[in-house]
Amino acid sequence: MLQFKELKKLLKSDLSAFPSIKVSLIGDTATQFLGTAIKGAGVERGYNINLFEAEYNQVERQFLDSTSELYEFDADMIIVFQSTHKLGELHSQLPVEQQMKLADERLEFITSICEIPALANKKIIYFNYPEIDDTVFGSYANKVTSSLSYQVRKLNYELMNLAQQYSNLFICDIAGLQNKLGRDFMFASNIYVSTEMVLSIDALPYVASRVMDIVCAIKGQFKKCLILDLDNTVWGGVIGDDGIEGIQLGHGLGIGKAFTEFQMWIKKLRQRGIIICVASKNNEETAKEPFEKHPDMILKLDDIAVFQANWETKVDNIRTIQSILNIGFDSMVFLDDNPFERNIVREHIKGITVPELPEDPGDYLEYLYSLNLFETASYSSADKDRTKQYQVEAKRVSLSKTFTNEADFLKSLNMVSTVSGFTKFNTPRIAQLSQRSNQFNLRTIRYTEADITALADNPDVIDLSFTLEDKFGDNGLIAVIIMKRLDADTLFIDTWFMSCRVLKRGMENFTLNIMTERAKAAGYKRIIGEYLPTAKNKMVENHYSDLGFNKIEGTETAQYELNVESYQPRECYIETKNT
Amino acid sequence: MERQEILEQLNEIFIDVLDLDECNLTDETSANDIEEWDSLSHIQIIVAIEKKFKIKFTSLEIMKWNNVGEMVNSLEEKLK
Repeated sequence: MLQFKELKKLLKSDLSAFPSIKVSLIGDTATQFLGTAIKGAGVERGYNINLFEAEYNQVERQFLDSTSELYEFDADMIIVFQSTHKLGELHSQLPVEQQMKLADERLEFITSICEIPALANKKIIYFNYPEIDDTVFGSYANKVTSSLSYQVRKLNYELMNLAQQYSNLFICDIAGLQNKLGRDFMFASNIYVSTEMVLSIDALPYVASRVMDIVCAIKGQFKKCLILDLDNTVWGGVIGDDGIEGIQLGHGLGIGKAFTEFQMWIKKLRQRGIIICVASKNNEETAKEPFEKHPDMILKLDDIAVFQANWETKVDNIRTIQSILNIGFDSMVFLDDNPFERNIVREHIKGITVPELPEDPGDYLEYLYSLNLFETASYSSADKDRTKQYQVEAKRVSLSKTFTNEADFLKSLNMVSTVSGFTKFNTPRIAQLSQRSNQFNLRTIRYTEADITALADNPDVIDLSFTLEDKFGDNGLIAVIIMKRLDADTLFIDTWFMSCRVLKRGMENFTLNIMTERAKAAGYKRIIGEYLPTAKNKMVENHYSDLGFNKIEGTETAQYELNVESYQPRECYIETKNT
Repeated sequence: MERQEILEQLNEIFIDVLDLDECNLTDETSANDIEEWDSLSHIQIIVAIEKKFKIKFTSLEIMKWNNVGEMVNSLEEKLK
């Protein structure tokens, strides 16, 4: 973790090449240092944070006065830091019967913020409340509704419920951070007294980092895949030397339980939708044996999306995994106990995260907790099936090697696609894909669930979603089209994105065939597409020319047009599934 | 520790925290003399000094100093 002074120095670097994000910071204590730390942490992650900082102690005014600077600045994300300190101050001034309502009143205020119409499309990042145990009642405070401890805990609990209710509300869990770092680290009384800042200088980088974790996740930058070494990472010892009876695993005394608990954590990540892969220098059979036979293995072969055990280098194996998963290296984490392997991987694979695992396996978990590697801005039940889909993809890759002719291979897959507009059933998945898709995304416009619902209801919009199923399994919803009416003859492709899982299957052709069909049926004569380059979508740079669109000359951005009337359906091997 | 030695170490801290090319602290140097030394960076300096000398300043001390000499006095007192 960089120190505060280092974050501050980062602000002097040239940020002109970085994408800019408008962020507001509002607090009831002094926030200048926090603002500086957040901007610095932004630079660390490649963002230029354009920060509006409200004068302190104006939380209510900024939100409730619709002419305030907050609304004028019009940030995409609003960070709200109401401190436990000030809450405690308020608490001490109230009679007992009102102390009991302290949490409720604060929650009412936060609810009212979430419901302000002008903020419906903004993201509100709200700090929860690190506990201050004032020991007025001692542990007995647990029995007293009016105690500060009771009210603070209630507030934190209810904030979680509120965040589930309002999709624009994100909780920044600095209470969790304080649990990890300790109150005496988070707070320095002499700094507080002289500045009104309730965070110590040393705590600032940690808090800023947790804020940026959320900001990056909202921006679609987060970890999707965890690649594991095996020997001395997943179990103790070396399977090739020690054999299945000799490796250390399982509860009881000794280091085995550290590995078991580490595996339990991995399993939970897998269940949450993180793709788990293996890269190990071993014979495949030897490496798989514990997964199949060891009674104390928590992880099973079913949990592993891609299993690479051979004598190639880790770098080669990670590249193979990447080519099967088709996700960016910057969304991958690699865990290995061996510092040498870690360095080689860091050196050769740009963007991959390689944590510096502690020497003692007993320390792995607490260390990994401190990194908060797997922040996310969405979670849906479809995430759980992802491992299965990638295992299926690995099988497809090995099948394709047996066909010399691509068309024969595609035919052999028996692909079918369900085409549908946006409905309340597919809206969460569409919004989620809109947040996640980076590579096959022509304009990279991010939509929330509320946006998707609004588009579905708009008569000037043609909204399409596509699933893809083949003989190996169902990929689920994998492509989305949003076309908007420009004039009576013309449609504009506002959004075209597709999951990279289904590249090279002719899905683009199928999609375009459906698009032109629908456009024609609605009486349009031409379709205009646009490519807006980002750091990640070079893959689709020539997308429209490849599909037979003509480049429009003299436009500021890369735009292409297609004549709907003369369009000949493109060849593909995907059937429309009738529902 | 000698006053001069304390002053030299403070000088290093000022250069590091305020990101200065050079700095020549004397007992008389005050916030008016160094542009980068404002009420906010003052706090950073305090924390850096606390770490370097492994001491803690009280809230009162932090707010009462008028110049570097008075900071050195406080430090001398604590390091005795």
